[in-house]
Parts: sequence; structure tokens; C-alpha cells
Amino acid sequence: MDFNTLRKKAKGLELSNGKSVIKVAILANHASQFLAKALEYQGVINELNLEIYEADFDQIESSILNPSSGLYEFSPDFVYISYSSRKLIPKFYDLSVEDRRVFAKKFVEDVNGLAQMLKERSDCQVIISNLEPINDNIYGSISHKVDSSLYHQINKSNLLLEELCTQSLHIHLADVQSLITRVGLENAFSPQHYVNSNLAFSIDFTVSIAEQLVQMLLAFTGRINKCLILDLDNTLWGGIIGDDGIENIEIGDLGIGKAFSDLQRWVKQLKERGIILAVCSKNREEVAKEPFEKHPEMILKLEDIAVFVANWSNKADNIRYIQEVLNIGFDSMVFIDDNPVERDIVLSELPEVTVPDLPEDPAEYLPFLVRMNLFETTTYSENDSDRTRQYQEEAKRKNLSKSFTDMSTFLASLKMKGFFGPFNDFDVPRIAQLTQRSNQFNLRTIRYTESEITDIRNSETDHGFVVKLSDKFGDYGLISILIAQERNHEELFLDTWIMSCRVLERGVEHFVMNYLVERTKSLGFKWIVGEYLPTKKNMLVKNHYENLGFKREDELWYLELEKFSPFDVYIQSAES
Amino acid sequence: MNFEEVISQFNEIFIDVLENDDIVLERETTAKDIEEWDSLNHIQLVVEIERHFKLRFTSSEIQSFKNVGEMCDAIVAKLQ
Repeated sequence: MDFNTLRKKAKGLELSNGKSVIKVAILANHASQFLAKALEYQGVINELNLEIYEADFDQIESSILNPSSGLYEFSPDFVYISYSSRKLIPKFYDLSVEDRRVFAKKFVEDVNGLAQMLKERSDCQVIISNLEPINDNIYGSISHKVDSSLYHQINKSNLLLEELCTQSLHIHLADVQSLITRVGLENAFSPQHYVNSNLAFSIDFTVSIAEQLVQMLLAFTGRINKCLILDLDNTLWGGIIGDDGIENIEIGDLGIGKAFSDLQRWVKQLKERGIILAVCSKNREEVAKEPFEKHPEMILKLEDIAVFVANWSNKADNIRYIQEVLNIGFDSMVFIDDNPVERDIVLSELPEVTVPDLPEDPAEYLPFLVRMNLFETTTYSENDSDRTRQYQEEAKRKNLSKSFTDMSTFLASLKMKGFFGPFNDFDVPRIAQLTQRSNQFNLRTIRYTESEITDIRNSETDHGFVVKLSDKFGDYGLISILIAQERNHEELFLDTWIMSCRVLERGVEHFVMNYLVERTKSLGFKWIVGEYLPTKKNMLVKNHYENLGFKREDELWYLELEKFSPFDVYIQSAES
Repeated sequence: MNFEEVISQFNEIFIDVLENDDIVLERETTAKDIEEWDSLNHIQLVVEIERHFKLRFTSSEIQSFKNVGEMCDAIVAKLQ
């Protein structure tokens, strides 16, 4: 999309009320006015309520070093730092050969120093863009071999920036380099506007940079896709299984099967990362399942699919069913189908579902979907990859619960084991992820980053607790977190109480209360104070504190510890 | 394409980019005559004009245009 089209698309759109403000500061060593505009437009289109601050031209260091700069006055949530290689070139050429050899190392050390200072002074997240790869061809094609060449040092800087980001929780990389790979350096740069106006990127390219930034910001605010729903015929394989039969569908070496195999490989990787897969196909179930069970070249197997729906009903209804089983929002689902009619039905009935407008040629499916960056995320923890197994275990539990008429007998039969304990370092990514991903059982919907969770863990006055649960069918892992803050000597305030919806109606809240009260008493408090901040999605916990025996006073809920008597629970305490 | 055709297409682009339906361009019109025509919008105008006529201005042309007429003349010359 070009800049003018973006501008017109954003024009006239208004943000719906109640979206909290996200403050983004842009610091650049080049003129960033168009980038700021593009970010503003992309924000409006994606329903992000952005407030944007632009530091003066080429004032990255001074904005950060000077404690009374406009940057700190603005008090940003995110600081986007953009160094353009082009602006670094004169400084690089001024260096001695020895200094050129360590340019990358020093550059990234400086970036790290600035990011640390930002963190100390402003507690914001830092997004640093990598450098656009410019080969000045001073050494021609042996630039790679000459470690004092510009090109060598730019590439090295980008590698070191990447390493820096893997080590620092609050520094994130905006991969401008990969955007340039997509459009080409010639389209990303206009020599005329650089010479006249210090624009390091063409104004059309700022649209791509802003798009990438907005995708990151959306993920930071919890707007991420969690589930991929797949059609089968001509989407996952070529041909129609019901008509062509298992030996004639195109996959692997047959026909254009490679296109479908590659797509399946990618989908499988997403599943390994923790994206839930579901199938939604117009077929007879046993016919639809046959390739998954018997075709030797199918990469996806039945055990990769958390919910498999094949029937002749309306696909929107089937997606509603999938949503019910998985208990996640429609706005976290992606539906891919080759048939535009089916896509339209789903889009019109379930506008929150993301429905990519798949190209006609299956060879283009994968590049197209990859380009959309549908599964942006800010955290990754290793137990993400277990998610499919967890949903399959849930299906077994659902079956078991049908055979009991009495809830307590059912709960007892699950033989649950629970753990309640303080935050530990190992759990930090998962804790941050829960704060970012949970919308329904979330009393105040405060989002935390990993570095903030680490701060809470180390704090004297904040207390973070995790809850883990397992039963005879499997391990749920970490399913609930609480963050409590000391308000005064008598009152402990529950800043955060989140629970995964997978463990609703297991009595986990009661288990938590029993422990929480015990812990709070031992810390010397007399009251636990709770608050419910309503959002579009957390109606589920509207009466949470009331149900647990808290008394309402103004907007807050109070529980007097002396009057609390422990709940009956069906969860046995476990060590970890 | 002659001057009149170019300036009338310019007019469309100016209205679109500057979001002002009242703009009527003449040979002598300069940035001072149109409130929205600031240095930032000037770059946008240049980009849109280049896209529309499928050509490029040089960097000194972009700097030295004194009025709409000069820009249009440059286009007419380039299109010949």
C-alpha cells in the first residue's frame, strides 16, 4: 500500500471509545515525520489508540541522556529507535581501520546502554530497528571478507542486535531489514527525498515500517491469533477427497502437491509453536479423516488437530462450535478456505474472525499467508507447544463429565492436584503471556511484559502467585496467576487475578482463596481487596468477588480475613 | 500532453492530497496561497505527481520550483 492510499483509508475512521492510550515515542537519526504519520494512520485502521511523540531530528542520544527531555515528559510506553545506516556512513568513514573493525560491537553496546537508561528512567519497552543493508561496494563483492568494510559491519550489527534482544526482555527488534528484502532497497529509498529532506526511507516504505510496528503493538496489547481453522479440499490438499478418492488428491509428488505439502509443513510448525489447529470441512467425517490416517504424504496427522469438524452444516455455525470447545475469542481465530463463498459467509456472520483472501493459485497460498504475519507474538514459552494435547485432554474430560450427574462426584473422580506458590524465574514468560492473552477470566485486564513480571517477582511490596493444576488425564501446567500489592499495613490489593478458561468449574478459585487467605494472614494483613474492571470480554467474572464472599464498598470488594472459613475443594495440594 | 491538461490533473492531485476541495490552481499559485501546502505535504505532492505521470523529478527540481506553473512546465517537457 502506498502512503496516500493509507492516508485515505485512515481518514474518517474513528476509534471506538474506551480504548486505552498507548504512548509511542519515535527517535530517529533521520527525518521521521512520515513514519509518525504512517504510524498514526495504521493505528487508527487497527483500532489502536496511539499517542505519538516525535523527538527532534537526529536527537536519539540526547533525548535519552537528558533526564528532562521531552521524551521523558511524554512518558512513553514504547520507544521506537530507528537508526538508518545511511546516516551512519559519514561517521563510519571517519573511523580508523581498527575502529571500523569494532564498529558493530560498539554500536550495539551503545544501543544497549541507551536502552538500559530508558528502562531505568521511564520503564518503557524499547523497539529498535535493525540497519538497512547497504553495500557501498568499496570492496566490491569481497566486502564480506573485509571485516572493516561497511557492509560487513552493518550485517554484524544486525546479528548483534538480534543477540541483544534475546538477552534483554525489554528490548525488541523491528526487522526493517526483512521488510526491505521484500520490497527491495530501491523501493524503500528515494535519493531525491533523502538529499532534500533527510528522509532515509521513501514515504511509501514508511507504510510497511508502521504496519510492522502496529503488529507488534497489537501483540503487546493482547490482540493475537491463537487458532488456525483449516478447510480441507483444495486448501490442505489439491482436489476433492469425496470425489477424487485418497489416491488422487494432490499432495507430495502428485500434480501441484508440493504447494499443499509446503503449506502443511508450515502449519505443522505453527502447531509446534502453540497455535491451535482446527479443521472445518464440508465432508463426511470418515472421508475427511481418511487422508490424515492413511495418506503417506500427509504431514498433518489427526493428533495435530485439536477440533475436527466435518459435516454439511454452515461453516459459520461450525466455527461457532469450535469456538465453544476451545473457549477462545472469535477475534483470535484465523480461517483459511479456498472458496470465496465460504469465506464470505464466515466473514459476514463472524466479522471478528480473520479470513485471509486467499489467492487463486495454491502455489501462492503459503507466500501470501506468510506475508500477512498472522501469528505475531511477544513471548514464547516452551509449554506453548503442548497446547494441542491439552485441548485433546479437555475433550476427554468433557466426555467423562457427561457420565456423572453429580458435580462433586465428577470433580473427585478427576483426582486433581494443585500447586499454589510465589512467582519463580522459570515461569516468567508464561506469566507474562497469561497477562497478555487472557481476556475472559481476567478481573482487571492489566497487561505485563516479562521484564515487568521480573520486577514484581523481585519487589518487596508486590506479591505474585502462580497456580498449577494436573488431573488424571494430564497436566494443565500454569493456569492461574495473582498479583497482590500492599495498600497499607492492613490491606492487600489484588491487582491481577487471571485464570485460564480451560479450568473453569474445577473449584480452582476456592483452592486459591484457601491458600491466599492463609498467605495473606501470615504476612500480617487483615483484608483482601479486589476490584472488577469490566471490559467487553470479562463478563464471566462480573460476580467473581461476590461469589467468593467479598463485600462491596464503592467500587471495591473487601474480604475480612478473620471471617473467612475455608472452602471445600477437590484439589489435593502438590509440591510443585 | 499540454499545459492545460497537466495543470487540471495537478488540480485533482492537490485536492486529493491536501484534502481541500476549493483549490483552484493557476500558473502563479505558490505554497503561500494554499494553507495546507507545507513542506511535508510538498513531498507528498511530489510523490503523487510522480506516480501519476510516471516520471521522476530531480532533487534540484524539487527544491527550486517557484510555482505550480514551473512544475507543470517540467512535466510537459518530460513527457515530450
